[in-house]
Parts: sequence; C-alpha cells; structure tokens
Amino acid sequence: MSRREAIKAAAALVGAGVAGRVAGAVPLASTPRAAAQPATAGARKALRVGFQVHRTGIGAVYGRWYERTATAAANLINEMGGIAGRPVQLVAEDDGTDPKRGVEVVEKLAVHHKVDFIFGTLFSHVVIASAPRAGELKIPYFAVSEGYHVPSGKLNRYCFQPGITDVRSQVTAVAPWIVNTLGKKVTMIFPDYAFGYDHRDFLGRAVARLRGTIRALLPIPPAETSFTKYFARVPADTEVLYHVMVGPGVLTFVKQLGEHFGARKPNLFGFIDSLEGVDFASPGLEFLDGTYFWEAFPRYAGGYPTPYERFYRERVGVNDAGASVQDPGDVATYSHMFGCWETLFVIKQAVEQSGYRDPTPRDYRALIETLESFQWFNEGIQHPQGPKKFVGQIHQSFGQQFISKVENRRLKVVHRTRIEDSLYQPEADYTRQPL
Amino acid sequence: MLARIMLLAAYAIGYNVLLGYTGLMSLGHALFFAAGMYGTGLSVYYWGFPPAPALAVGIAASVLLAAAVGWIALRTAGVSFLIVTMMFAQAFYLATLYFNTITMGEQGFVLSAQLAPLRLGGRDFAFSDPVVKYNAAFVVFALCLVLTVWLTRSPIGRILVAVRENEGRTRLLGYNTFNYKLLALLISAGISGAAGATYTLVFAYVGSSFASILYSIYPLLWTLLGGAGTTLGPLVGTAAMTYVVDIASELTSSYLLVVGAALVALVVWFPAGAMGHLRSRVWPWLP
Repeated sequence: MSRREAIKAAAALVGAGVAGRVAGAVPLASTPRAAAQPATAGARKALRVGFQVHRTGIGAVYGRWYERTATAAANLINEMGGIAGRPVQLVAEDDGTDPKRGVEVVEKLAVHHKVDFIFGTLFSHVVIASAPRAGELKIPYFAVSEGYHVPSGKLNRYCFQPGITDVRSQVTAVAPWIVNTLGKKVTMIFPDYAFGYDHRDFLGRAVARLRGTIRALLPIPPAETSFTKYFARVPADTEVLYHVMVGPGVLTFVKQLGEHFGARKPNLFGFIDSLEGVDFASPGLEFLDGTYFWEAFPRYAGGYPTPYERFYRERVGVNDAGASVQDPGDVATYSHMFGCWETLFVIKQAVEQSGYRDPTPRDYRALIETLESFQWFNEGIQHPQGPKKFVGQIHQSFGQQFISKVENRRLKVVHRTRIEDSLYQPEADYTRQPL
Repeated sequence: MLARIMLLAAYAIGYNVLLGYTGLMSLGHALFFAAGMYGTGLSVYYWGFPPAPALAVGIAASVLLAAAVGWIALRTAGVSFLIVTMMFAQAFYLATLYFNTITMGEQGFVLSAQLAPLRLGGRDFAFSDPVVKYNAAFVVFALCLVLTVWLTRSPIGRILVAVRENEGRTRLLGYNTFNYKLLALLISAGISGAAGATYTLVFAYVGSSFASILYSIYPLLWTLLGGAGTTLGPLVGTAAMTYVVDIASELTSSYLLVVGAALVALVVWFPAGAMGHLRSRVWPWLP
C-alpha cells in the first residue's frame, strides 16, 4: 500500500464518519411500532414502561413468569384507571440474559422506543452491565434482582430496587434462625458470580456475629452440569449445608445432592432459588422432606394467608401449588416475580405523587426525588408480599422473609422474620449524586 | 448502537486477519478480546490509570497472551488449532471466574466512578458523552481497518495469503511460515485487544461473559457472514447480524431462529459471505 493510498483510505474513513455525524445519519433498526401512537383527543398518551426481560438464556424460566406478572400488574393498573389517568403500555425486549445485549436493550428502549422508564432485570451481571448506560441516558432503571448491587452504591442515582428485597437483607434476616435452630457449623454452596458472592459475604459475616463458623465455601461456576465433585468437599463435621443455585442445572444439582448425602445428610437450608420453577414432586427430590428453604413469598397457598396474596395469585394465574392455572406442570418463580408487580405499583405511586408527565430532565428529577423521599409501602393489593420499608439513601426496599419446611413434598411456612431483622447500616448515599 | 457495531467490527477485523488472510480458524478469540477488556478495566479499577495508558495495557495484555498461546497452538493446524485455541480461551474464562475476588467474576465491575476523561489538547472528553463514544469507536475502527488494508497489500500480507493458499509450497520457497503465522496471530490479537479495551472504556463495564465461548463464535459468524478475506466483510457481517437480531427480536421471541435461518441461507447461497459474493460477481475491485 502506497502512502497516497493510505492517505486516501484514511480520508475516506474520516469523511464517512464525519458525514454520519453531521447528517445525523445514525440508522435505526426499525420504525418504532408501539411508540407511534400520538395522543388523540379523548385518549391520553400512554405511559410507556420498558421491560427488559430474560426471555432466553439462563434466566428464561424467571423471564417467562416475570413477563406474566408484569402483564397482570399492567392490566390491573389499566383497569384501575392507569397511572395519573394515563394507560400503561409495557414495551418488552429480550436481553437473552446477556450483559452485552442488556446494554443494547437499555439503549433501544430509551432511544428507539422512547419509553418513560425501564424495569424488570433480574440477573446480576445483566443489571450491573446495563445500569451505567441507564445512568448515562439519564433514565430511571428499576431492577427486580435481589442482588446487593443497587444498595451497595456501585450503580448510580437512576437505579432503584423498590419492589424486592436484596440478598444482604434476606441473609441478615434468616441467619439467626439458621444458627440457633439448625447448627453453628455451616458449609456454603453458591453460584460463582455476584449473587453467590453476596450470599458468601453476608451470611459469613452474620454467622460470625452469631458465633458460628463457616466450615467451607464451595462456589460453583454458572455453566456447571455435574455437582458431585463439590459435595465431596463438604467437611464431615458440617452441621448445616447452606445451598443456593440458579440456572438450568438446579434440578440436577438438588438430585445429585440427595444421591450424594442420602439419609446421612447434614441439616439442609436452601434458598428457594435452587428450586424456583421446579416441582417439589419431581422424582429424585424425596430426600428434601424435612429440609428448610428461604422464601420471599410462599409458593403454596396458605403460607401467607392474606386477601392480597390470594388476589395477586389469582390475577397472575397461579394455582394453590404455585403452578400455572392453565398448565399445572409449569411451576412459577413465585418467590421473585412479585417484585415486578410491586415495582410497577411503586412507579405508579411515584409518577402520581411527583407529577411526572414527560421524559424530561425536570420531570425525571421530580420523580427521582419523590422516590427517594418514600419511607414505607403499605401492604395491600399493590404490595401483596407484605409491607416494606424503603431507604431512599440506597434506593432499596426492606421486607419480611419466610422460612419453610418441606413436608410431604410441599413447603410449609415455619417462621416469618420481621422487617427490622433485615435492616443493615447503609454503605452509600445516592441522594448526594448529581442528576 | 453504531459505536458498539464499530468496536465489534474492529474485533471481527482482527479475527479476519487470522481466518481470512492466514487461513487459521480460531475458536478462542474471546481470549484476546477479553484480555484487552481486563487489561484496561483492571488497571483503571485498581490503579486509576487514565484512558490512554489503560488502553495500552489492554493491548499489551492481548499481544503477550497471543505470543504465549501462539507458541504452543501454532504447532497444530486445522481442527486441532481450533480446539487448542478454544481450550486456552476456556481456561482464561474459568480463570476470570476463579479469581473472582479480583475480577468480580461473572457479575463483572463498573468503571463509571473510576474512569477519568480522555485528555487531548488540554480538553477533557468524558466517555459518557455519546459523541465521545462514537468518535472513540470510529477512530479505533478506522485505525484497525487502515492497518488491515496496509497489511494485506504489503509483502507480509501476501506471504500470509500464500500460507493460507498453500503452506507447504510457501515453506518450500524459503519462508518460515511459523513466524509469519505467529505474526498474524499477534496482529490479530492486538486488534481484537484494542477493540476489547476500547469497548471497556466506552461502555464502562467488564465481565467474564465476554470471555465465554459465545464471544469466540461471534467474530467467526460476523466474518463468515460479511466475507472472510475481504476488508469490509467484518463490518458488514457485524452490522447485519446486529440489526437482524434487533429487528427480529421485535417481531418474535424466537429471534435466534431467524438468525439461524439467515446463516443457513448464507451457507447455501452465499458461501463466500456478502462482500465475497459481491467481489466475485459484481465488483471485482472490492478489497
């Protein structure tokens, strides 16, 4: 290549790039369909809520139920007259449970679909990758994730988690019961990423405070398909085996757990994540009888018998055993999906109290400052999981937790923690960040 | 979106140097892309490096790893090379999970708070600014493209093509083909690392999923779709795949099926890729 050719090539590239910017010729993927609905006389412009959903990838089971729950909540809100008199329109986009695609989805929802808010993301790595872009685009981003990333202060002022409690608070709330009831020598098995590290760090601290010991930490890579080799590393003097697992391998994980330990198992305490979307009557799970699980919201009807829970269950289409009314083999991710329902109602409350109308910096500021001023969400059909304390400083809700025992292949609630049991000292203050 | 396409196209350009011009099909290029990301990301996160030195660390990490991997993997060829490179990439991926106290494993880490603006000519350019994002991506993409054009037209590039066409005959002519293949791998890794490093600066996030096998398959697909051994093929392939996913995901939740169908159609009707097909049938002057 001659010097002349090199200069020509460089000039052509620079020209193309500059022209692209000057002409604003940034191509869009397609014309927004749902967005092209002008306000007409008599019909108020819809409030568009972007829904970043895990329709594919390892979060697909959660995504399916998150979408059903969000749709049910949006339908109910519209039946109630909408938000500030405006109908709610969900604009869903699949992020493939992939962090790269997650960022693209945030951009697409904000720039292309021009939604007012974005919500619904569950898996930690997708939330953490997507949150900076939401902050740059200055659009409120509501995670339904449980991760400690929002309250840790590592994200930004546009990120909230008002509809579901975080792992640190869950672990803090249940640790005293575990140590005092099941034993002080604890071995932990957890997924080898953010969600698992939150369990590792915060349960470890809580157990140490209660004068127990962590006998071993066994992180398992997310793509793992065979688990027996990890069980062999559980110390013999373990009194409590604390397990939490997510992803498509959960059923294999639990079955191999039973095959390995059989009747000589230590006390088992699991996070229901290990069996979310899985039927307790599945073959191979018999050994779970007599073991314990944390639940954020009891899967089986009667675990938390309130009229709000009954109403919520019926609206989403879940039967008494925690499965789809249409297909009893389709078990819900009941302990997590209520977060979508409650988050949409928090958005409704924040929009109506702040006077939010359009996605402008002024209206976003009003909305965010209103959200940060909230302190409590009362129990009701908006918050069927129970009342919640909201700490505006860290953009996070705190609520009650449930501990259930497996009896006759069903979960039966044996303990309910108080909100105060889950509180911890905030380590951040988002309200000091500029908007 | 355009900034992302240009950076991923730069990654594919790096891959194309190895596959398109040297004839070596790697299934482990995520190693180099992710090494660029981690080299840059970790140096910013832990030591507060400014963008330019951090970028240099990312590229250096990729090139050094390529030298180590190439020294071993280039002793194999064909399917064996494919498998050995994949194994190295998987080892790197698992290392990012194993050393999660440093890398934060699958969750990754955000750089927004630590990343200083780029200082040029006494002015600061924040990567959160969309114009800076676009221009940073464009500059890196353009440099990678110009470098590739220069390489393919240089005597070295012609020897690489000779290696691709007939390695035995090239060796018979007196060229040390191992050294040339190693050079191609280093250039390929350097470009891929530059793309990964810039991706980190522009999107302020590093996570181990970028080191997974999926991110080794992507550049292969983009390059084959656009046309291996063509200068603009990687850009066309990356842009086409991105927009197919984007548009199809609006129409159906089974959008990956659409992507699969597009790839099958490509193999059946356009085995040389989009630009390769155009070059052979319409515009023979295409680089």
